[in-house]
Amino acid sequence: MEQGVRTSALLLSLLGLQAAVAQGVPAARQFELVRMVRQDCGSCHGMRLTGGLGPALTREALADKPPSSLAATIFHGRPGTPMPGWRAMLSEAEAQWIAEQLAAGFPEERRSAQ
Amino acid sequence: MRRRGLLALLGAAPVSALMGGCAAPSAPPVPPVQATGTGDLGVVVERARGTLAVVNTSKRTLLGEIGDLGDLSHASVVFSRDGGTAYVFGRDGALSKVNLMTQRVEARLQQAGNSIGGAISQDGTLVAAQNYTPGGIKVFDAQTLALVADIPAEYAPGKLSRVVGLADLPGQRFIFSLFDAGAIWIVDLSSRTLPLVTKLEGIGNQPYDALVTPDGRHYIAGLFGEDGLTLVDLWDEVPTARRILAGYGRGEQALPVYKMPHLRGWAVAGRHAYLPAIGRHEVLVVDTASWQEVDRIPVAGQPVFVIARPDARQVWVNFAVPDYDRVQVIDTVSRRIVRTLEPGKAVLHMEFTPRGEAVWISSRDANRVSVIDTQRFETLATLDIDAPSGVFFTSRAARMGF
Repeated sequence: MEQGVRTSALLLSLLGLQAAVAQGVPAARQFELVRMVRQDCGSCHGMRLTGGLGPALTREALADKPPSSLAATIFHGRPGTPMPGWRAMLSEAEAQWIAEQLAAGFPEERRSAQ
Repeated sequence: MRRRGLLALLGAAPVSALMGGCAAPSAPPVPPVQATGTGDLGVVVERARGTLAVVNTSKRTLLGEIGDLGDLSHASVVFSRDGGTAYVFGRDGALSKVNLMTQRVEARLQQAGNSIGGAISQDGTLVAAQNYTPGGIKVFDAQTLALVADIPAEYAPGKLSRVVGLADLPGQRFIFSLFDAGAIWIVDLSSRTLPLVTKLEGIGNQPYDALVTPDGRHYIAGLFGEDGLTLVDLWDEVPTARRILAGYGRGEQALPVYKMPHLRGWAVAGRHAYLPAIGRHEVLVVDTASWQEVDRIPVAGQPVFVIARPDARQVWVNFAVPDYDRVQVIDTVSRRIVRTLEPGKAVLHMEFTPRGEAVWISSRDANRVSVIDTQRFETLATLDIDAPSGVFFTSRAARMGF
């Protein structure tokens, strides 16, 4: 079941986020989250997620990191490093969704939809 | 009148096309003159497209665009001292030398894998890049971009630190901080073949950025890993690092820092320095004679840039996400906020015109740069520029630490 959900999330990302809902994150919110990761997380991780003060978040760089631990880092932050917890701006489900997308290779921003 | 015509042309045509029209008829031959000065030129980084927009700060117009510059997220720019050349440091480690008059890329090289900015030497002959990957600085000849010195920030065998807070110092010197090593290094390139490196160790935990004061005397590094900043008096016979504003957080739980503040673009206003607190929604005011805290000013969010208007009467502050739709203005006499502006979503940077009658503010998500009168706070113009981030004017060429 869990595997099935994960596979469908991956498929959705491959389809360019065209589905209405993935893991309970509505499409409009997914759009915002993609933008947030590219633009705001990008100030430390790079707009292309190739790293900066924060580490690279490309699929290759994250190959050995389980999405659940990525989600925990996104939500709670990483004490002793500049990585803050984003729980004031994200739900746990949204953090998990971002983690899954990162692990699968993060979607590009669709700029026209705005 | 004549100047306007030439400027308008400049947007579309290379300078060579203009040369013919400059000599007066039936006069003795005169040497070709430049179509216009460079003092009111500037650039705006279009971070998403990897493009530089060239602007005129007097006419408040877009003159043209220079594309194909790579990943310009977090790109920064320094200028040759004639103001005619912009050196662009891309996130992807590319260094581009751009002629603002012809709007052409004159030289470009991939100098690192991940870069965070650069500096130009006092005499304008050397350009230095500060890099995260591989950690260190590289120094280039400003004319040719030939490598002059490669200085890895190797703080332990085989371990390279990410470099932050690079600034030029009087003489052929550069100073920078090592995020991973808690160190400050000073490189003297008086001899290009034999760079001398002075290392200050144990300067504090995780320096994240730094500034040099307008006189080139003091270097201040902000610390992420502890409450406080580090100060180096470069006029000392043997410079040392000492802590200032230690414990400004008073042991309280720090707020999350969603974006690192920047210290370059200093706010030294008269005898006071205005500095962003880390993890606190405050601007700290420190007396540059005693280096004691004299005030702290509550602001709308985590400060990112804290920048003095050139006359130092005002200090402008922008903020990290989610408070980055606002800009606040501090009056330096009362040391209180006198204005809160909302120029557009996701304000990333602010740049004053050379004497400060206006400020240009980039709003990334509004795809707009707003030109705002700093006395009356009216919007004088807006320019449609795609996802603008850094705004850099050629007046930086004459300022130390820029």
